Amino acid sequence: MQSTSHAFKDNARAALANQTLQKALTNVKSGFIGKRAKARDRLPEFDDLRDAARDIKNHTLANLDVYLERYEEKVTASGGHVHWAPTAEDAVKAVLDICKRVDARVVTKGKSMISEEIALNQAMEEAGLDVVETDLGEYIIQLRKEPPSHIIAPAVHLTKEQVEADFRHHHTELPPERQLSEPVQLVAEARQMLRRRFLEADVGITGANFLVAETGTSIIVTNEGNGDLTQTLPRVHIVVASLEKVVPTLEDATTILRVLARSATGQEFSSYTTFSTGPRRAEDLDGPEEYHVILLDNGRSNMLGSEFQDMLRCIRCGACMNHCPVYHAVGGHAYGWVYPGPMGAVLTPNLIGVDEAGHLPNASTFCGRCEAVCPMRIPLPKMMRHWREREFERHLSPPTVRFGLALWAFFARRPKLYHAVTGLQARLLGYFGRAGGRFDALPFARGWTKHRDFPAPEGRSFQQLWAERQRDEKRASRR
Amino acid sequence: MSTAKANTGKRQILSALRRSLRRDQPDEAERAAIDRRLRTPQANLIPARGQIPHAEQLDLMVTMLKELSATVVRLGSEADVPAAVADYLKGENLPPKLRLAPRDDLRTLPWDGQPLLEVEEGIAEADDATSVTGAFAAIAETGTVMMASGPEAPITLNFLPENHIVVLRASQVVGTYEEAWQRLRAVTGPGEMPRAVNMITGPSRTGDIEQTILLGAHGPRRLHVLLVDDGPVHDGPVGENKNG
Repeated sequence: MQSTSHAFKDNARAALANQTLQKALTNVKSGFIGKRAKARDRLPEFDDLRDAARDIKNHTLANLDVYLERYEEKVTASGGHVHWAPTAEDAVKAVLDICKRVDARVVTKGKSMISEEIALNQAMEEAGLDVVETDLGEYIIQLRKEPPSHIIAPAVHLTKEQVEADFRHHHTELPPERQLSEPVQLVAEARQMLRRRFLEADVGITGANFLVAETGTSIIVTNEGNGDLTQTLPRVHIVVASLEKVVPTLEDATTILRVLARSATGQEFSSYTTFSTGPRRAEDLDGPEEYHVILLDNGRSNMLGSEFQDMLRCIRCGACMNHCPVYHAVGGHAYGWVYPGPMGAVLTPNLIGVDEAGHLPNASTFCGRCEAVCPMRIPLPKMMRHWREREFERHLSPPTVRFGLALWAFFARRPKLYHAVTGLQARLLGYFGRAGGRFDALPFARGWTKHRDFPAPEGRSFQQLWAERQRDEKRASRR
Repeated sequence: MSTAKANTGKRQILSALRRSLRRDQPDEAERAAIDRRLRTPQANLIPARGQIPHAEQLDLMVTMLKELSATVVRLGSEADVPAAVADYLKGENLPPKLRLAPRDDLRTLPWDGQPLLEVEEGIAEADDATSVTGAFAAIAETGTVMMASGPEAPITLNFLPENHIVVLRASQVVGTYEEAWQRLRAVTGPGEMPRAVNMITGPSRTGDIEQTILLGAHGPRRLHVLLVDDGPVHDGPVGENKNG
């Protein structure tokens, strides 16, 4: 998909001013955070499982080449095919070649962020294929010709009124006087409309949450059942997966599955966790006749062995964005590419370049909630800092930022001067702000005061207060 | 994709990975350790929740199913299944018609005792309202029903009809996923899997519209489990294969 990550600031400004979006975004906070906390509290081993999950992935990444070879051997042995795709173009070509060879017309799809990453829908449509997204959220945004705004809830930026309008606009064969204002009616209508498409599809494309080297299995985790209909009814099942999805055994996958749904939606387990191995067997009565796995690299092999390797542990649960104050404020589209929120701020510059996506690692308050909730214990703030450093080293940051940092560094290297200047500053600001307790305009701080007031300091700096407190404590202990 | 081209992609990716790992091939000892890990899979940390006596696992299974908005009825014997199916359909106001998984143990149940019930075998058709299938196992830890595909267990029966009725024997209920995998390996052989293993945890649901959770998105709106008591089960230590 075409990135607008370079325009993050404009995107964010527009998002903040968009009242409908702001209304929809309240669902992120109210929907996900409490449910995850409840699920975590219910499983005493949750944090230990996070450690185990991290260790499994670290071991796998350290031997990724071997595990991928073993995985391929098992896929082949069970009658499937692995297509190694170094780039997005290779992956798209592999899918199109299969569709062409089997003379496909209709292609159904389960939700796959990899397919967004490689812009698969666009390529298939250009090749004359009828492409149907079947996850409800993905179906809605396909009708709207929008990218997803969340990796597990692609239409979380929309209100039910918007969905109703879209359905009325597109489902013209249905009676216009039908009731459609409630989510239950919208879900029923989508079910009815998509049922026919499932049955007429020639090829079904899904992503994969995991690939299992022990058995050559791909795993999808869904709640709607659309992924299962997508991969069971057509003649051909194609899995598009990035290469870091592999884990050694079913037991290893199980351990990570125990933290996945709980972190994502707060469910104990998602409704459907499906393990697919090869095509239908000779004696089977249903299932696809062909099973293909497109194994995508697209820049990930470069992350291995770098300071961004830990990011390859990500299992795309979405917990980091669900808990991110920046995501809550601007939503997913502002990030401008497939992966929003903290995980996107780390991953996107890796995949499309820091020149294009340099704003994203800066769009963080470093509050640390993303790392605190990450089931795979990925140090997201640390890696965002790596990007900021790189951006600075490569002179990609604007002159005002560089000047400000240089000025700050000048004082920071001279602690006495620093304390004198900041102490004076705090006293002055405290004096002038004593009436209102805040400033609505300040020289050199317009970027801040344009959107919110600057609180007036109480008059003394933290360092001064700390020193006083230490003195008082000493005096008290002497008494 | 031609084989030559395919091999190029593979070579390219593997050599990129090895460059990043700063080594060529892993040494023999590492490779052997990996093969051992794959040949004899070991359990990681297993939550205590499911590691309880079998009778309690059955209770846990029932509790979890109800929490998931599934329904469950405990039956004293397999022979009670047809009547329980008929009752359920009547109670839910559903047509007395079902698609039965083509397996001997279900086929031979006393369906003739329910003359109003129309029973057909095979894969799911588009307009089938209700399917009746047999579970491979069930995992009490999360209230999950495990289906293993095969000629007696078509996959479409699990997803296409709006109502899915699963016949589950008490002896098929295990506490943890790790036990379920051992039972599967005992049937399929180590490292082997059927086309599909479906772990089903409650009915189909979606939260895609304003995070409102609704049932019956694309898969079954109703999941009904008939838990059949099939005699005493002896408790073994977790991880022991009770089927083998």
